[in-house]
Amino acid sequence: MNTKMPDAEIQRPVKLSCRNLWKVFGANAAEFMRAHGGEATTAELDEASLVGAVRNTTLEIREGEIFIVMGLSGSGKSTLVRCLSRLIEPTTGELTFNGKDLLKASEAELIDIRRHKMGMVFQHFALLPHLTVLENVAFPLSIQGIGKAEREARAHKMIDLVSLNGREHHFPSELSGGQQQRVGIARSLAVEPEIWFLDEPFSALDPLIRREMQTELMRLQSVLKKTVVFITHDFDEAIRLADRIAIMKDGEIIQIGTPEDLVSNPATDYVAEFTADVNRAKVLSARTLMGAPTNKSNGLEKVAAKAKIASFAAAIVDSSKPFAVIGDDGEVMGEISPGTVIDLLSGKERGAGR
Amino acid sequence: MSDIALSTGRVHGANRTGQLVVAGMIAITAVILLFPDALSALAKYPDGLVVPFKDWVGAFMAWLKANFTWLTRSLAAAIDVPLRFAFSLLAKGFKFGNGETAWTLPRLSWLGVTAVMVWLGFNFGGLRLAVLCGLGFLALVFFNVWDNSMLTLALIAICVPFCIVTGLFLGIWGHLSPRANRWFIAPSLDLMQTMPTFAYLIPMLLLFGASPVSALLATGLFATPPMVRATILGLNKVPQEIKDFADMAGCTKSQKLWRVLVPSAKPSLMIGVNQVIMLALNMVIISSMIGAGGLGYDVLLALRALKIGQAMEAGLAIVIMAVVLDRLSQAMAHKRPEAVIAAGFWGRHSNTVLAIGMLLGSTVLSIAFPAMNKLPDSLTFTTAPYWKAGVDWITINFFDTIETMRVFVLLNFLNPLRASFEALPWFGILLVLTAVGWRLGGWGLALVIAVLTGFCATTGLWVPAMQTLYLCGVSALVASALGIPIGLWCSRSDRVSAIVTPIIDTLQTIPSFCFIIPVVMLFRVGDVTAMIATVAFSIVPAVRYTNHGIRQVPHQLIEAGIVSGCTKWQLFRRVQLPVAMPEIMLGINQTILLSLSMIIICAMVGTRDLGQEVFKALSKADAGRGIVAGLVIAFIGIIADRLITAWVNRMRERRGTA
Repeated sequence: MNTKMPDAEIQRPVKLSCRNLWKVFGANAAEFMRAHGGEATTAELDEASLVGAVRNTTLEIREGEIFIVMGLSGSGKSTLVRCLSRLIEPTTGELTFNGKDLLKASEAELIDIRRHKMGMVFQHFALLPHLTVLENVAFPLSIQGIGKAEREARAHKMIDLVSLNGREHHFPSELSGGQQQRVGIARSLAVEPEIWFLDEPFSALDPLIRREMQTELMRLQSVLKKTVVFITHDFDEAIRLADRIAIMKDGEIIQIGTPEDLVSNPATDYVAEFTADVNRAKVLSARTLMGAPTNKSNGLEKVAAKAKIASFAAAIVDSSKPFAVIGDDGEVMGEISPGTVIDLLSGKERGAGR
Repeated sequence: MSDIALSTGRVHGANRTGQLVVAGMIAITAVILLFPDALSALAKYPDGLVVPFKDWVGAFMAWLKANFTWLTRSLAAAIDVPLRFAFSLLAKGFKFGNGETAWTLPRLSWLGVTAVMVWLGFNFGGLRLAVLCGLGFLALVFFNVWDNSMLTLALIAICVPFCIVTGLFLGIWGHLSPRANRWFIAPSLDLMQTMPTFAYLIPMLLLFGASPVSALLATGLFATPPMVRATILGLNKVPQEIKDFADMAGCTKSQKLWRVLVPSAKPSLMIGVNQVIMLALNMVIISSMIGAGGLGYDVLLALRALKIGQAMEAGLAIVIMAVVLDRLSQAMAHKRPEAVIAAGFWGRHSNTVLAIGMLLGSTVLSIAFPAMNKLPDSLTFTTAPYWKAGVDWITINFFDTIETMRVFVLLNFLNPLRASFEALPWFGILLVLTAVGWRLGGWGLALVIAVLTGFCATTGLWVPAMQTLYLCGVSALVASALGIPIGLWCSRSDRVSAIVTPIIDTLQTIPSFCFIIPVVMLFRVGDVTAMIATVAFSIVPAVRYTNHGIRQVPHQLIEAGIVSGCTKWQLFRRVQLPVAMPEIMLGINQTILLSLSMIIICAMVGTRDLGQEVFKALSKADAGRGIVAGLVIAFIGIIADRLITAWVNRMRERRGTA
């Protein structure tokens, strides 16, 4: 498993983590797992006619990052996120939220955590059909017993945030899919959660609207800086939004890494297949493609190590000279040649990267 | 591939065994029929072996009556309070004091009640519904049936909220505990919904006497099941995501139930409410036999005295009431929520205040103007003479034709069929039905069918059961034979559908009792009358399900057929009909169940079968006899329902559309 991360990420504290988490469906799954010491192979599960929806999952989600779980249907990604929020009880394993064991939380504690610290957005919006937009957004506040004036004021703020002003008194059935999901987003943010689960939030939307909503999400995140756990089956969406991506297959996480890691160092052929059609110039940064610095480097035009190739490709090809790659501290880290960039753009690099 | 081949091979093998077993059982039945003397114990259930269920039930009821008088008395007293209030409010006025000092607070004015109905109609369904409500209730006033209509309405008004609340809570229990639902609630509902209406009256009559209270209890019992079903269905249908949302928002269990699940299930719940209202009306009419009073009593009196005009008029009043209540409650069910932006008491409650104002205002005015309390007789008119004249005219001019037709059908068709059904050997039928049950649904179903069929025989009611089966079967067959082609026609022409749909909608709202009236005028009493009334009552689902089934065939399949070069007939015969078959079968199932319930009511027009058994038990207040016969009827319905449902499920499973 490749867990290489940009240096800055490592400093951030862990918000939510799980270790050796299993969710096994079937009769007496818990006893079976206990008998097998919390580990089981596919063959053993098959023999007991159990299904391992989530298998031996270990991950750490850090404060303020967008962590994306990507997998095709049936890969267990929805089950995983439901285990992380304890909507489904995991069969075995550890689950820690803010440093506390979430699996030990009592019913009342769990309700309290969900009321104040968690928010969730659903694939099919899950809006309450009998409430208006305003009442839907205010609902999570209402069940906490917050007074009408205050909860409506807060709901109005959220509705402003997702640009749905003027629709406060509409019912969900009167809104388009994209608008409904904006309501879902506003509702999940109304309690100002610390961790924000989004379960395939844009999958039910048309491609154009989906793109618009992705942009909207990035705008919101730049303001709110939430810890986000985002589920999707769309690799392009994952690449576009993620700080880090976990790729799931058959209940197991195959690889966790930044989009750049996955593209430049896919752990398996399965991952490589997803990354094959990705526009590399938009994902890879100068640092990944640079060579060693030379003594001439100081005189060259400069480009930041984090900069994506696409952002300076035209400039470097026009100048037909190498650029110096500069780290965060302003030191020269290496040199990147126009040839490398042209190879990447023309697709030659693909073979070399593997 | 080999797996699929293997499993289809197995299915074919099982099919053949199944067919052989059923054929074998039919052969045994034939043998019993051929040697009736040698095998008489298998043909005719031996009297000596009859299990005295009715004595047991009778004894149990007697024990209940003897030991729980305190309970029944206090229950009756408790129910009597709101009932009396509703009667006074809507129909009788509040009387205070006695003799010289007595004075009466007037009942609600008909003008006010009608105005409120119009107002409700307008709010929920616009102008059309307002006109329907207004004209309907004015008709009740001007035909001089207002008093009895309001008695009926009062009973419904007290009964329905009780049914809804009880049904809601039972439904919630069924939703929260699937085990309770499976082993207790669902079977009880099945039994309650197939028990004939008369059978409900008997224990109530015994325990509470002939009074509006026992009518109310019987109605409550009869009308609650659809609410329970609608609640369970509605709650189970709430999307998993919405349930997850409730948890993620941090709802407590009761917040989740009352603020998320129940409101989300509201459309289903409202369908349940509509059904409760319609069933309550139906049952209140029938309960006039045990003292409910109201419109049903008018019909009953007129029918007994063969006063055709009066019966028809009271029947029409019931139909008007039924149509108004049905359309109004459906409009309420389909009403989309509206945002209430206006703040303050007036903003939120203006409608309620207005309605109460209309009621109070008109009622106060009615003290000064008595015509607003009760319309003077000089202003009312009756249609009874016209109905009578019409029927007389038909009788004089067409008596011979109708009579010839009736006798012809009876002699050549019904009587021989009845005779052959009566001769069916109990043991053979038990074997055949069990074998069919085993083939369609495995050992579990076979066991259920065997026990239920066995019960029918061991009670000693085999022959009446077969008579019921004959009349119900013939009626259902005729209803399907007429209804399915009409349904097909509707499915192929929007114009026909537009004409037929309102007709069957209305047929469906009319209480069963009312179907008898026009038929009995023309065909007098007997099996032919029963059959015609039953066909009219039970044809609706055959038409509706067929139409719906054909129309919901996926468009892609039809396009696929067209692209493959099907002619119109081939398209219908090879694509639409097979795909719609399960739905059509469910329609037939409903038709059978409706036939069964109607056939029993037809005991009033002199059929000789289980219905007559219950009817006689009712007149003698013989609880044991009535309940056991009622159970046999219910079991016939359950057997038919289980077998057809299993068949449909098998059909769907094989097509992978389950």
